[in-house]
Amino acid sequence: MGLSHKITRLYGAKGWAVIFAFMVVVLVVFPLLNLVVPKDSVFYLSDYFVALAGKIMCYAMVALAMDLIWGYTGILSLGHGLFFALGGYAMGMYLMRSIGLDGVYHSPLPDFMVFLDWKAYPWYWAGTSSFWYCALLVVLVPGLLAFAFGFFAFRSRIKGVYFSIITQALTFAFMLLFFRNDTGFGGNNGFTDFKRILDFPIATSETRMALFVITGLTLMATLLLARYLVQSKFGRVLTAIRDAESRVMFSGYNPLWYKLFIWTLSAVICGIAGALYVPQVGIINPSEMSPANSIEIAIWVAVGGRGTLVGALLGAGIVNGAKSWFTVAFPEYWLFFLGLLFIAVTLFMPKGVMGLVDQIKARRA
Amino acid sequence: MRVAYSFVLCCLLALSLPARALDAEVVRKFAFGESDEQVAAVAALVAEGDAQASALLQALADGQLQTSGKQVLIVKGEQGIDAMTGQKVDPLPAEREDVNANNRLRRELATALAALKLISPDRMVRLAAAKELSGGAEDAMLPLLKKALAKETDPEIKPMLEIIQAALELKSTDHATRLGAIRILGLSNNSNAKTLLLSVLEKTPDGKYIETDEEVYVEAQKSLRAVEGRLAWGDRIGVLFSGVSLGSILLLAALGLAITYGLMGVINMAHGELIMIGAYTTYVIQNLFKAHAPGLFDWYLLVAVPGAFLAAGLVGIALERTVIRFLYGRPLETLLATWGISLFLIQLVRTIFGAQNVQVENPAWMSGGIEVFTNVVLPYSRIAIIFFAALVLVLVWLMLTRTRLGLFVRGVTQNRMMASCVGVRTPRVDMLAFGLGSGIAGLAGCALSQIGNVGPDLGQSYIVDSFMVVVLGGVGQLAGTVYAGLGLGLLNKILEGWSGAVLAKIAILVFIIIFIQKRPQGLFALKGRVTES
Repeated sequence: MGLSHKITRLYGAKGWAVIFAFMVVVLVVFPLLNLVVPKDSVFYLSDYFVALAGKIMCYAMVALAMDLIWGYTGILSLGHGLFFALGGYAMGMYLMRSIGLDGVYHSPLPDFMVFLDWKAYPWYWAGTSSFWYCALLVVLVPGLLAFAFGFFAFRSRIKGVYFSIITQALTFAFMLLFFRNDTGFGGNNGFTDFKRILDFPIATSETRMALFVITGLTLMATLLLARYLVQSKFGRVLTAIRDAESRVMFSGYNPLWYKLFIWTLSAVICGIAGALYVPQVGIINPSEMSPANSIEIAIWVAVGGRGTLVGALLGAGIVNGAKSWFTVAFPEYWLFFLGLLFIAVTLFMPKGVMGLVDQIKARRA
Repeated sequence: MRVAYSFVLCCLLALSLPARALDAEVVRKFAFGESDEQVAAVAALVAEGDAQASALLQALADGQLQTSGKQVLIVKGEQGIDAMTGQKVDPLPAEREDVNANNRLRRELATALAALKLISPDRMVRLAAAKELSGGAEDAMLPLLKKALAKETDPEIKPMLEIIQAALELKSTDHATRLGAIRILGLSNNSNAKTLLLSVLEKTPDGKYIETDEEVYVEAQKSLRAVEGRLAWGDRIGVLFSGVSLGSILLLAALGLAITYGLMGVINMAHGELIMIGAYTTYVIQNLFKAHAPGLFDWYLLVAVPGAFLAAGLVGIALERTVIRFLYGRPLETLLATWGISLFLIQLVRTIFGAQNVQVENPAWMSGGIEVFTNVVLPYSRIAIIFFAALVLVLVWLMLTRTRLGLFVRGVTQNRMMASCVGVRTPRVDMLAFGLGSGIAGLAGCALSQIGNVGPDLGQSYIVDSFMVVVLGGVGQLAGTVYAGLGLGLLNKILEGWSGAVLAKIAILVFIIIFIQKRPQGLFALKGRVTES
């Protein structure tokens, strides 16, 4: 059985049709409506909307990563925002370097370093003017951190709520670290005011559309990879670990390596999502590492339905769509809504939107 | 400062009315005499040494001394007092002349006033004078200072005077006097003494002592070591105290969680918000007292403490009934649902009280503190919280070990099924235990409102810390929570001295993460043959 055959078997005809339709929207409809249609036409898609859709697709990637580790493996991470932010910071370092002399102080150093009266880049900024080195950091930094942390945590068989709480402590610690000005990542302002990426000016519609398309393609690739993993024998073991870890152990598997692999992969996906997020949103700061942000990721997955990859995508879309509408229309009610959503989903919709879809299907049949 | 002194003196003056009259001749010379006569009069007034004399001196220094014919008046705004008799003069004579003081007289006056204050019968006045003179005394005061020192017995003022005297004597040219002064400074625990000794030990750019008298600087080095040693102890006491203080706050914040999470196994992410509710209850009760019973304001905490307990406890019981009881045995879902509750409560408080921090005032008896050394002050509010935490701890412990409810809670914790079989109404026990845990969170909020900001985000900053304490201490144990809370508080403050607050906090979190790897059950694990679910 060749690889191409394996891939075509990931979804049925309907599933592939949906994926194809999504690709058409991302690759054709959005660029056409944003770049070709004149700005005064009713069909024109504003840059704001493109950026919003791009942002939500980044969140959807994070939701997929969360679904892999929580929905399939049963490990609730409250620190995924950290990996997302680390990926974003790695990309942000490159973007800060490529501002060049165009900053407020016209110095080769970023404005915040000039402000701190630093004379040179600290050692860990070495090489960050290279895009490819930073791209490597986007994968390596979250990946290595997750590997090291996961190795020790899973080896001591920390699980359940304990694991959730220490991941929360981890992201909290990093948030405090990045809030310090002396850490060298811009303190509480973080990185912003980017000018260009790979020598393209970052604020034009064309560059934004290119980033949007790349994000869409990466999201689809992530979905297929995740689908491939959960359908493989490897994925079955993950589900078994979620449902009865001791039995998996007694059957001769070592859960450590399974958990560690999916945990690290999940962190890397988050890092990539963060790297795609930063140039589109134009800012990265330590508040992305706040425990609240990480726990929100869990609710995206819960709303969509755990253990169904499509559910994660849906959940990220629904919650973030609602958030951008609410925070414009009734900013003071957003937290009420989000809070009630947390409660309602756990109490009344344990299987999320996908569970509702299944119920409706079952009723029709 | 001067205004404050005048005020104190005025009060004294008012108290001493009607007073015996001052010597009329002296007052006349003081007000009408030539410069030499005035100086002599100042000396005579100092010798008099009572409140009325100093009021007169003060009045001249403040430009409030006037004459009208032969009368000498102390005029403050529209009120006048006859300086000789101390009687009120009403109405004031229309024609008055200011008494002016030249520079020489002013210097004499300042010295005289300070000296008079040093021998004042009022301790506060002496203390204030000593504090002012600590900033810099003049050589001319030395004789007066010695006189005051001979009489002084107050343990706080006496050392201050000794340092002032030593500082003056250091400038002397006499070898023995200087040595004596340095020895006296060596006995002090005042940071001013350290500064003085360091000034003796100043060096020229090429590394030689400016001081040429070898015996003097050798002695100064000895004294400096002694003072620094004592000051270091002060620092250590300060760190220890702030560590215990932080520890007791962590303990209060975590104690409720030790019941809801530790004993009942409920992950309550809204615990921080229950703390916040306690703090806001305190705020509301404080406002009620301010509006309706300002006289009883100092005692509002007596109402606020049970109020905060009840408010948070009732909210907790409501949460348990409506949400949490449906999620027993599903910890991850509980975590998410209670997080939702916390968001809801934060927004609710924001809507009611606004997003800004609110002001909670301490009762008067809580302001101020004990000055252990000159470099360490232990605030009463923090001391009160340490005792409060200990009290709450004892009450919770008694509750759990000596009451029927406590017995039931422990029973349900150990074996829910069996407890239910022997007739314990487990749902009711769950509800009450959760209410108890929440109420203790409210108490923590009441305590926190006395030392920090009260705002909608108050709870968020404590939730990670409280979970760390409970997890580190070991689930299902009060003793573990106590050790973990105090230990983390101390460790945090000790590290803070080395690395600053943020790095200390990060180091603590990393330490806990590593510690949990080694001992997943926390410091004090329950022994037993419990398997996972």
